[in-house]
Amino acid sequence: MSLPDAELLLADLAAQMRPQMTPDTALVGLHTGGVWVAQRLHALLGLAQPPGALDVSFYRDDYAQRGLSRDARRSSLPFDIEGRPLVLVDDVLHTGRTVRAALNELFDYGRPARVELAVLVDRGGRQLPVAPTWCAARYEPPAGSRVKLVQDDGRLALRLVQDQE
Amino acid sequence: MARNPQLNKHGELQHLLTTEGLPRDVITRILDTAEPFADVAEREVKKVPLLRGKSVFNLFFENSTRTRTTFEIAAKRLSADVINLNIATSSTNKGETLLDTVDNLAAMQADMFVVRHASSGAPYLIAQHLEATGRDHIHVVNAGDGRHAHPTQGLLDMYTIRHYKRDFTQLSVAVVGDILHSRVARSQIHALSTLGVPDLRAVAPKTLLPQDIERLGCRVFHDMREGLRGVDVVMMLRLQNERMQGSLLPSAQEYFKFFGLTEEKLALAKPDAIVLHPGPMNRGVEIDSAVADGRQAVILPQVTFGIAVRMAVMAMLGGGNA
Repeated sequence: MSLPDAELLLADLAAQMRPQMTPDTALVGLHTGGVWVAQRLHALLGLAQPPGALDVSFYRDDYAQRGLSRDARRSSLPFDIEGRPLVLVDDVLHTGRTVRAALNELFDYGRPARVELAVLVDRGGRQLPVAPTWCAARYEPPAGSRVKLVQDDGRLALRLVQDQE
Repeated sequence: MARNPQLNKHGELQHLLTTEGLPRDVITRILDTAEPFADVAEREVKKVPLLRGKSVFNLFFENSTRTRTTFEIAAKRLSADVINLNIATSSTNKGETLLDTVDNLAAMQADMFVVRHASSGAPYLIAQHLEATGRDHIHVVNAGDGRHAHPTQGLLDMYTIRHYKRDFTQLSVAVVGDILHSRVARSQIHALSTLGVPDLRAVAPKTLLPQDIERLGCRVFHDMREGLRGVDVVMMLRLQNERMQGSLLPSAQEYFKFFGLTEEKLALAKPDAIVLHPGPMNRGVEIDSAVADGRQAVILPQVTFGIAVRMAVMAMLGGGNA
């Protein structure tokens, strides 16, 4: 099974999401790949709200084992989330732990009307009861490797990289 | 060569005892990590769960309500449980009492000690004791020891300077006042020099300068007007009142005349120079009210940034132990 084309997945994801977007809907990308995807989706969907970005370093459940992430960045939500429909956006959905951390962080900003999840690739291997609302492709990488999104000259592409574990 | 006692075998922060010898990448990482923590205070819930279930003991052998409070706020915003101990020191048997206290609190499952002590080296002694007795999962943060170091103050000053001036390698910085007795000055000077400040100036009367000050990379100025000429950053130090009683200084009025920061003296610095002060200020002694409340003062932002920097330090120490 070859790696899908990220640009095609992006167009497909936008097409799936479009009918359900409201004037209030805001996208929230998860660092780093999810932020790129959210920015592209924002343009494709023509949403009014600028996309937000979350870095979930302060909410990760492996802090006790691994310590604080070396590159914790600022989260930014340039809109009031109270009562707003939100879509969390990530590049690859795997264990679901990042989504769990993102939900916890989100609710420290307020109480959104609802939160949905859009991902380019679902690679399986869930460890928490998390499911995407919209997903452009399922792709399971070979053992010992993982799927990584890269951005090159404004274009998105998927790569297979060796697991560091 | 002995291992840096502040770093673990992976080169990561194990304790924060001093800015002296702290590698540049570690300082930079602390400042970078503090940035997202600065945003936490702006949110509806001003807390993150990193230190949930951890116990932070504020061990203050020397009183300091201000510093203790900032550490307490930082630990609470990381969701830690904070226990404040204000321990009056007796001048005798300090060493023994200190380590007995530490052993007792360690037996209560402490995860972190924030230590303020009148004796230089007390936090280092505690860190050494914990490691020697196999309790290296307990971390020590120096909140000011004697004349030695006050690293979180030094680091929050670096954060403040970077916030306004970005690039340390282009700056002229003057540290002004009682450098001899100041642990803050030492922590600032070590950090500034590690971060590559090319023009570092020590501005003080001869009686308030340590002898080895030039070895630390400072140019010495006894004339404040000369020392401030063209600088980007003015770092004022607090003049401790007790210093007035000895023979080091004539009087507060006399000191203010020569080494107090007034608008007229500040005008010799660059027009966009910023003024820092670690607080609490002695208005009319080391700094004039017009400057303290003026547009170039960044003294209150220092306080706000200080919380974020202390959160970053504690968060970097408190994880990865499992």
